Amino acid sequence: MINPLQPVGRASLAILGTAGRLTLFTAEALSHCVRPPFYGRNILRAIVEIGYFSLPVVGLTALFAGMVLALQSYTGFARFSAEGAVANVVVLSITRELAPVLAGLMLAGRVGASMAAEIGTMRVTEQIDALTTLSTNPMKFLVAPRLIAGVAMLPLLVTVADVIGVFGGYLVSVYKLGFNPSNYLQSTWDFLQLQDYLSGMAKAAVFGFLVTLMGCYHGYNSRGGAQGVGTATTNAVVSASILILCFNYILTEAFFAR
Amino acid sequence: MTEQPKIRLRDVCKSFGNKRVLNGLDLDVGAGESVVVIGGSGTGKSVTLKCILGMMRPDAGTIEVDGESLIGIGDRDRDRVNRKIGMLFQGSALFDSLHVWENVAFGLLAEHRCSRREARDLAIHKMAMVGLGSDVARLYPAELSGGMQKRVGLARAIATDPEIIFFDEPTTGLDPIMADVINDLIVNVTRTMGATALSITHDMASVRKIANRVAMLYEGRIVWAGRVDELEDCANPYVDQFVHGRAEGPIRMAVRG
Ligand SMILES: Nc1ncnc2c1ncn2[C@@H]1O[C@H](COP(=O)(O)OP(=O)(O)O)[C@@H](O)[C@H]1O
Ligand SMILES: [Mg+2]
Repeated sequence: MINPLQPVGRASLAILGTAGRLTLFTAEALSHCVRPPFYGRNILRAIVEIGYFSLPVVGLTALFAGMVLALQSYTGFARFSAEGAVANVVVLSITRELAPVLAGLMLAGRVGASMAAEIGTMRVTEQIDALTTLSTNPMKFLVAPRLIAGVAMLPLLVTVADVIGVFGGYLVSVYKLGFNPSNYLQSTWDFLQLQDYLSGMAKAAVFGFLVTLMGCYHGYNSRGGAQGVGTATTNAVVSASILILCFNYILTEAFFAR
Repeated sequence: MTEQPKIRLRDVCKSFGNKRVLNGLDLDVGAGESVVVIGGSGTGKSVTLKCILGMMRPDAGTIEVDGESLIGIGDRDRDRVNRKIGMLFQGSALFDSLHVWENVAFGLLAEHRCSRREARDLAIHKMAMVGLGSDVARLYPAELSGGMQKRVGLARAIATDPEIIFFDEPTTGLDPIMADVINDLIVNVTRTMGATALSITHDMASVRKIANRVAMLYEGRIVWAGRVDELEDCANPYVDQFVHGRAEGPIRMAVRG
């Protein structure tokens, strides 16, 4: 007879096991982020990869997000004759929510995936083992630089995305909806508070950490050749995306709920 | 053996899930000796090396290098012990984002033994020892053939002048001539350096060329060990079957590894 509780128990054990392994991995990775030696070249490479080469993707995403936001809020607010609020809605939504979340999701697809694939390939071709035999700690050499770069660079990317997103809203409002340019910019500026921007930065730092952590964790623990690397890549993107949306809610509640 | 062995394994056990890979493995490697472990695919030869290097933790047993126990050893001591050991990996395991010379010099740079410039010169010197010209120094590993990659892997393994070198299936995947070249290089290099060598392979030509002593691994333990010249006419049925590559005999080939 099959015990109906057995699958539940097995799944719970698997989840607990994964959570435990992930916690240990995170703790070890963080300890390597603060203990020398630091691999400057690797940090620099990760910074360029995350910060510089993600600019086009993140910029385009933010541009269209800002544009569609202006269009949608205009049609919505026109019903209440509250068209003047478009600038406010755009700048608030972009800085607080859309820029960090969209940039995080884009980074998960671009950088998280490539990290998982690169580290995963190094795992299955024994390059990670080779590091150990060459007096190099693979966590310090591969994982710590990527985490540092992720936490440092996503806030910068999001700052750029804030500007571009607001600019997208401006384009649509001024050239399509006929707003007065200087009035639009004035109300954007008046409405923006430092706290909105800073909450976006805090989210970005957390998301940058989550994306690089998931990429490194799944790559580091991949096994079984090309298929294993493929699975690791998928898992890195999916888990990072879910964690971003989940932490976005938690952080929003912590910052703004009273 | 009266003197202390360089590497000593006693009763080492290692399981993955409920699959027993090593089951009471005993092995001694004397200083300056070249020991070759033979055995079929998936019998745990690579796992044995990884246990000695600390990449895997054995479930039971003792592992000693130079009389120092490695079980439960701290990070710093582990690092010191691993500096005595160089390893040539089965697939070469070269870092594909680095130039060939950076691969060879990796250990030197990681141990901060010298400047980048000196490391580069040393790397080119070591590459010459394995028959690689300085013109390949600035290539990437992906631009080299399998045999050339093996040579780079060998140069990297010997770059820090380790006392012990591990060779994991050094000739697998090479044509017979290139395999013989690599075997010769292994013999030359270990002899020139006076290093202790522990190799694993299932290539009998390689065994005859590089081994002083041979140990046969089957079902997680050493079923026979002896000098290489005793290999041909030893009475052990496992060794006899393996050496002559017969399908009939006491060794059952697991269809699933
Ligand atoms: N990290 C691991 N996790 C689970 N099983 C492993 C792991 N490493 C090796 N094994 C298993 O141990 C057995 C021996 O592997 P290995 O030592 O690589 O064989 P070989 O003798 O061909 O070098 C294989 O059946 C393999 O499936
Ligand atoms: Mg192997």
